[in-house]
Amino acid sequence: MQILVNGETADIGEMSVHQYLESLAIDPQRVAVELNLDILPKGEYGQTLLKDGDRLEIVHFVGGGNKPGKGHKAKG
Amino acid sequence: MFTEDQIERYSRHIILKEVGGKGQKKLLDGRVMIIGAGGLGSPIALYLAAAGVGTIGIADADVVDLSNLQRQIAHHTKDIGVPKVLSAKEKMEAMNPDVRVNVYHDWVSAANIHGIIKEYDFVIDGTDNFAAKFLINDACVLAGKPYSHGGILQFDGQTITVVPGESPCYRCIFPVPPPKDAIPTCSGAGVIGVLPGVLGTIQATEAIKYLLGKGELLAGRLLTYNALRMRFREVPIRKNPSCPICGESPTITELKDELDALNVCDMPQAKG
Repeated sequence: MQILVNGETADIGEMSVHQYLESLAIDPQRVAVELNLDILPKGEYGQTLLKDGDRLEIVHFVGGGNKPGKGHKAKG
Repeated sequence: MFTEDQIERYSRHIILKEVGGKGQKKLLDGRVMIIGAGGLGSPIALYLAAAGVGTIGIADADVVDLSNLQRQIAHHTKDIGVPKVLSAKEKMEAMNPDVRVNVYHDWVSAANIHGIIKEYDFVIDGTDNFAAKFLINDACVLAGKPYSHGGILQFDGQTITVVPGESPCYRCIFPVPPPKDAIPTCSGAGVIGVLPGVLGTIQATEAIKYLLGKGELLAGRLLTYNALRMRFREVPIRKNPSCPICGESPTITELKDELDALNVCDMPQAKG
């Protein structure tokens, strides 16, 4: 089946969102997943099966540059 | 009204029909708070000063380091060791004497952030850590203060504008901070020096549009940028009914520091 991932089509077999992230070597802790425009709660990645035509957005945490040892600081 | 110098200085704004004399007056009367005087904060501070935003606040407890200068363009080699807020203020005032710069030489925390943002029309997140990013989101949502989120790492950036009560917030996308050490940092993973210029300039544009009341804000859509592929994407974002701060039954009703998003050894409370 075909799904749309971050705007690009992907051919995948039947699998859950969790399995799909795993297949891409993406740590679920590092991303938010939006399925058909709704943010999917992390607890539902395992039970949510992808369907043909699903539109998936995988958004990474992008934080910035604080150095270990400097802590709660502004943009490095 | 305007002095002759101001008419000349802002002439390229004033001839824009979306700005005009009225809009330039709004900018001169506008108040923007920038949290972070580093990579993102530098272009934001310089462009807002150049644009004639009348009152600009800037908060950062850090001092300029040699390794900052590859991207933090408000700071020069002579500024090494100087508090970033003072270095930035000096450049902003040199660029435009119309601008009043308020400096806050401190990290933002649950204890001080409300007092720092409350007098401003618009807030910009130019910080580099998730504790500060979630705190800024929460403080702005609770105070009903519009703000621009921005983040950068390596060749990637992302930004979204949050209008509390109207548009989704950062926690609608990311309900909780990532686990400590789950996400690489710029110092550990690097950042291409031009990246904060691209993202910070977009954030400054949002502040200017908000003050002018013109155009469409980057609300309800997360803009992502990858410099290597030179690709911008927009991810449509809806308000999340289960958002812990702006959803239907919020669990966050007062500010707290997200200590889990800090390294324990770095927490200001742990020092001394």
